[in-house]
Amino acid sequence: MDITSQKKMTVGEMGLTLLSALFALGALIVAAKAYTPEYAFHAYIFAAAGVAATFAVVNRYYNRALDAVPQEIDGKPNYNFGPVKFATLAALFWGIAGFTVGLLIALQLAYPALNLDLPWTSFGRLRPLHTSAVIFAFGGNVLLATSFYVVQRTCQARLAGDLSPWFVILGYNLFIVIAGTGYLLGITEGKEYAEPEWYADLWLTIVWVVYLLVFLTTIWKRKEPHIYVANWFYLAFIVTIAVLHLGNNATIPVSIFSPKSYIVWSGVQDAMIQWWYGHNAVGFFLTAGFLAIMYYFIPKRAEKPVYSYRLSIIHFWALIFMYIWAGPHHLHYTALPDWAQTLGMTFSIMLWMPSWGGMINGLMTLSGAWDKLRTDPVLRMMVVSVAFYGMSTFEGPMMSIKAVNSLSHYTDWTIGHVHSGALGWVGYVSFGAIYCLVPWLWKKKELYSLKLVNWHFWLSTIGIVFYITSMWVAGIMQGLMWRAYTALGFLEYSFIETTEALHPMYIIRALGGGLFLLGAIVMVYNIYMTIRSPKTASIGQAVFVPGE
Amino acid sequence: MSNTTAHKPSVWQRHQVFEKNSIILIIGILIAISIGGLVEVLPLFYLKSTIEKVDGVRPYSPLELAGRNIYVREGCYNCHSQMVRPLRDEVERYGHYSLAAESMYDHPFQWGSKRTGPDLARVGGKYSDDWHRDHLRNPRSVVPASIMPGYPWLEQTSLNITHIAEDMSVLSIEGVPYTPEMIATAVSDAKTQGSADDGATPAFLKRYPKALVRDLGGNNGKLTEADALVAYLQLLGTEVDFKLYDDKANIR
Repeated sequence: MDITSQKKMTVGEMGLTLLSALFALGALIVAAKAYTPEYAFHAYIFAAAGVAATFAVVNRYYNRALDAVPQEIDGKPNYNFGPVKFATLAALFWGIAGFTVGLLIALQLAYPALNLDLPWTSFGRLRPLHTSAVIFAFGGNVLLATSFYVVQRTCQARLAGDLSPWFVILGYNLFIVIAGTGYLLGITEGKEYAEPEWYADLWLTIVWVVYLLVFLTTIWKRKEPHIYVANWFYLAFIVTIAVLHLGNNATIPVSIFSPKSYIVWSGVQDAMIQWWYGHNAVGFFLTAGFLAIMYYFIPKRAEKPVYSYRLSIIHFWALIFMYIWAGPHHLHYTALPDWAQTLGMTFSIMLWMPSWGGMINGLMTLSGAWDKLRTDPVLRMMVVSVAFYGMSTFEGPMMSIKAVNSLSHYTDWTIGHVHSGALGWVGYVSFGAIYCLVPWLWKKKELYSLKLVNWHFWLSTIGIVFYITSMWVAGIMQGLMWRAYTALGFLEYSFIETTEALHPMYIIRALGGGLFLLGAIVMVYNIYMTIRSPKTASIGQAVFVPGE
Repeated sequence: MSNTTAHKPSVWQRHQVFEKNSIILIIGILIAISIGGLVEVLPLFYLKSTIEKVDGVRPYSPLELAGRNIYVREGCYNCHSQMVRPLRDEVERYGHYSLAAESMYDHPFQWGSKRTGPDLARVGGKYSDDWHRDHLRNPRSVVPASIMPGYPWLEQTSLNITHIAEDMSVLSIEGVPYTPEMIATAVSDAKTQGSADDGATPAFLKRYPKALVRDLGGNNGKLTEADALVAYLQLLGTEVDFKLYDDKANIR
């Protein structure tokens, strides 16, 4: 008792307790006056989160030691890995959830009865759930986990802030819950990859600002004068996503008691801003952020320095400068003015170069260590991810050429292209990073089983091959059928005939997705066993067996 | 690099300012990512050629707006585009290519990115209201090979338009030319449009020319979500009269 009497609440603890309580109260008022039950449900979730946060902060205060956590112990940085661990496990959870919903909607396209004639299970609501779950929930948590890990290790400093890193991780996952349940309940802005409504967007904005501040202040604590390359990419990702998020979500809510808002942009301007956002969600969320992972985890795992420091400088600036122009290639031959389409196409083609510069930098980091690919499936996974990155960043510029796009646009070719990047590049580099991170974070000698990593690798590789090849065939076939003419000059196929022709491809695609999901389940089991295993039990696993 | 003379630092040495100062790095990032966006987006707001002037485009009636919101809510844009490209096969399959003006009051735009189902930019008037109701209830009852989900709950859910006037006020702030009169009569206008005979019809049609006034749901004017969605679908692509449209008028 006398210990607590000397203990003082910090300004942060007091402030967060007060804000959380006020937030819960405000949310309850909104819930009471909400226009729709769906919105009231969300307000109750916010209120519950506010109450939980209030209790958590107070409880943490009572349980913590008298003094603040030391920045260093015995001259070594006292890293803060709690939030990193949480985000890593959250990534696994959302990954499985997102892949499962993906498999379900793939099956719905082959067997429409699976829509069940219910609002909450229809394709139109589940598809945004799938895209957001894999991009923002799985990918987002991987980025949060790795960025908070990498910035500490490369700056040799404990993560800045005491409560704020937890606020970022938990606040971000609250955003995911609100966004995801919103789609199922029909709450959406109707803009692809930016579906969350105004209140979820506002919440994300607050979380994101704190994220930037935590990341930046940790950089300020660094011992080295130089900021490590990976951190440039993380910074570009955080800053640019903030700009894009604000630009594409400039909405006016109907009322504070209504979930509905209307975007201030309309028609052609809205289309341009949407794809400026949409393509750079790819460019900065799914590329820059994951390139940061590449620049830290591949050299670390291969125990080789990054191939070329100068190439990384060129790669960085060329990539972020050019990516932002590429949006209009999503709008070829639409009512967007021609000059904008041409600009978009030109920069998309040029973007091929910095993309491959990055790929070369990642792959060549392996020089002198290629033999490790035979023995280390984790490194193999990351290297294959860079190869997929190279493939999809060649395919993308090609599809941005207007003549190609006139065939590929609106077809499943686009879906195939996205998934070669998402499953191959983002998925594999994330899996690789998680396989590296878990033993480091939980202080295990090695993973539970490298054999299972091998299984994961091959199951998902075969899955990806099924997925992208079936979608190439589906997309090109459908594009050609749409424009096919009979000898008499009439359109040869009705739309529904093209739909019927896709059926076998949709089954193969679902099979591919199922294999990818199966691989991820193997990973989750492997990670679970790694965390559970006693420290010393895994020593035997560290011995590599050369040549299989 | 250390051999380079002090007064002429190499470009790699100069780059160190970004590597050593996080604020300068962030400013550099902001400049690099701003240029492309500004060049591509800003001119669209002031170049007159972006949206040519076309007769016939009007704001959505309250019922059509409610229907559009259902279209957005159910995620129809995930599978249906609303953008006919100026390609021979598309113009022959769907109709005249889409004009920028036709979506100038669309907050948000719904051009879409994927055609799992056909384009809907000109679906208005192509099928009967009955067909649409059957199709929404069970797509396979009218198109056996369809892979579209069924939406049977739409015609069982009565339309909630309590706050539609507030929606229209927000849209008017954003530039949609809704008059105070249109906003004041929003709820009654929705009811007028959805019932077969109503004394208020002439006044309504003055506010929303060419709007379809009929018992869309086939259920004696009781407004359901299906009625609103059908009202929206039947309007799509019909505002501009392409018999009168002069596609040379805006060429300069």
